[in-house]
Amino acid sequence: MTPLLKVESLTKRYGARIGCSDVSFDLWPGEVMGIVGESGSGKSTLLNCMAGHLAPDAGRVMFDTRTEGLQDTITMSEPERRMLGRTDWAFVHQHARDGLRMNVSAGGNVGERLMAVGARHYGEIRDSAEDWLGRVEIDASRIDDRPTAFSGGMQQRLQIARNLVTGPRLVFMDEPTGGLDVSVQARLLDLLRGLVREMGLSAIIVTHDLAVVRLLADRLMVMKDGHVVEKGLTDQVLDDPQHAYTQLLVSSVLQV
Amino acid sequence: MSDYNFAYLDEQTKRMIRRAILKGLAIPGYQVPFASREMPMPYGWGTGGVQVSAATLTPEDRLKVIDQGADDTTNAVSIRKFFERTAGVETTEETAQASVIQTRHRIPEEPLTEDQVLVYQVPIPEPLRFLEPSEIETRKMHALEDYGLMHVKLYEDIARHGQIATAYAYPVKVEGRYVMDPSPIPKFDNPKMSGMAAIQLFGAGREQRIYALPPYTQVVSLDFRDYPFEASKADAPCDLCGAEDSYLDEVIVDDAGGRMFVCSDTDYCRARRAAGHVGAQGKTEDAA
Repeated sequence: MTPLLKVESLTKRYGARIGCSDVSFDLWPGEVMGIVGESGSGKSTLLNCMAGHLAPDAGRVMFDTRTEGLQDTITMSEPERRMLGRTDWAFVHQHARDGLRMNVSAGGNVGERLMAVGARHYGEIRDSAEDWLGRVEIDASRIDDRPTAFSGGMQQRLQIARNLVTGPRLVFMDEPTGGLDVSVQARLLDLLRGLVREMGLSAIIVTHDLAVVRLLADRLMVMKDGHVVEKGLTDQVLDDPQHAYTQLLVSSVLQV
Repeated sequence: MSDYNFAYLDEQTKRMIRRAILKGLAIPGYQVPFASREMPMPYGWGTGGVQVSAATLTPEDRLKVIDQGADDTTNAVSIRKFFERTAGVETTEETAQASVIQTRHRIPEEPLTEDQVLVYQVPIPEPLRFLEPSEIETRKMHALEDYGLMHVKLYEDIARHGQIATAYAYPVKVEGRYVMDPSPIPKFDNPKMSGMAAIQLFGAGREQRIYALPPYTQVVSLDFRDYPFEASKADAPCDLCGAEDSYLDEVIVDDAGGRMFVCSDTDYCRARRAAGHVGAQGKTEDAA
């Protein structure tokens, strides 16, 4: 079995400062990987390098493409990378506003990726938009409303629908529950867990919320100052942290 | 002749514009940047079209200028006078007699020939502009043929209005490659662009872009399979010449709801009436 994503010694520097340094791991099909760490630890830099939003200084990001097997997404041509970005990959931003077109209706937002890969039948596009709004628990009657008329939680769910409509195999998530209140967070996590299991998605989730990774992630990487300090199975890392920083992180979680 | 250099612009500027035009013709639908000059008229009055015309004109040419189909409105009259004075070329109102036609927002009804050049005035050359504000991003989208966004606009039209409500500046795809803004012509004129025998040049002065369609270029209006493109016009014949096939203007004639439809292409209407065609109100118009 080949890994879906193979990251080899990925390094990104901002001048003399380190963004992330020498990160390597394999992500297997159907697996959810969590990346945790404090602010400024290089989580988002790492995610953006993997998703092709930032150009890393060294290292390789190999993706198991449908036609040609493992390909280095950093050296592949821009059109190929963009094609991946709207078919096999999805990127869920922390702020829904970054990932949505706020002046386009919900249906148009969901349909955009379909139209980008060549869908040219209005009725069919609308049907799948309705279907996906239903799956993320947005009422079909809101299909022609703009995201500006949606609550924060609905915007985030709309962003997820918009990303998953083309049936991607790998989803990058940058703090998907950040900025949402806890009850909305819980429903969103529930929804995400359902979708990940149902569609057999692989996902990389960047977060500083340990509860999120506990619920969603199979494996965990802990980052500090641009380096991976510990990795392993989620419950193993959270219940028996080895590295001093991980121990601090786990013990810092507030108990209600 | 006058004290101006022929057609107002200096020779180096005209060479620069001609190079942009040639590049545009070589890559149909691609927006070529050019160093647009200040012209003695405000932006939005056809500074791009005037520069393209100036670079295209020769002393033997005969020029026609159209403004929304008409030869006798402000924009048409002033640009015609401008070239009469600075280039000393002959001018005409007859489509068939002209070798260079500068137009604002219409294509003449009479089919053009291989001996003619049609110059469009373009306000916003970038069809993706109102969807994607970044120029860097839109250029990248053109380069990568990433045109899904254009259909999002049409999708929004149908979702909101039940049909594709875009009636002018209707986006087209050129030779299966570049998506192009046809300038604000009514979508009724879109089919005329495809396979046209004349050279079509587009000049945007403020935005500093020139693009072009060589003769017999395939131009397809974007649409959905279940909502096909439709070249729409007012459902009436011309009240002056009775033409059923020409694009019509609606004219309010009194303050009691009276209105009439007349050809937007004044030369076409005039020629038809001279040939004896009479519309519903054509007679009374002559008497008055």
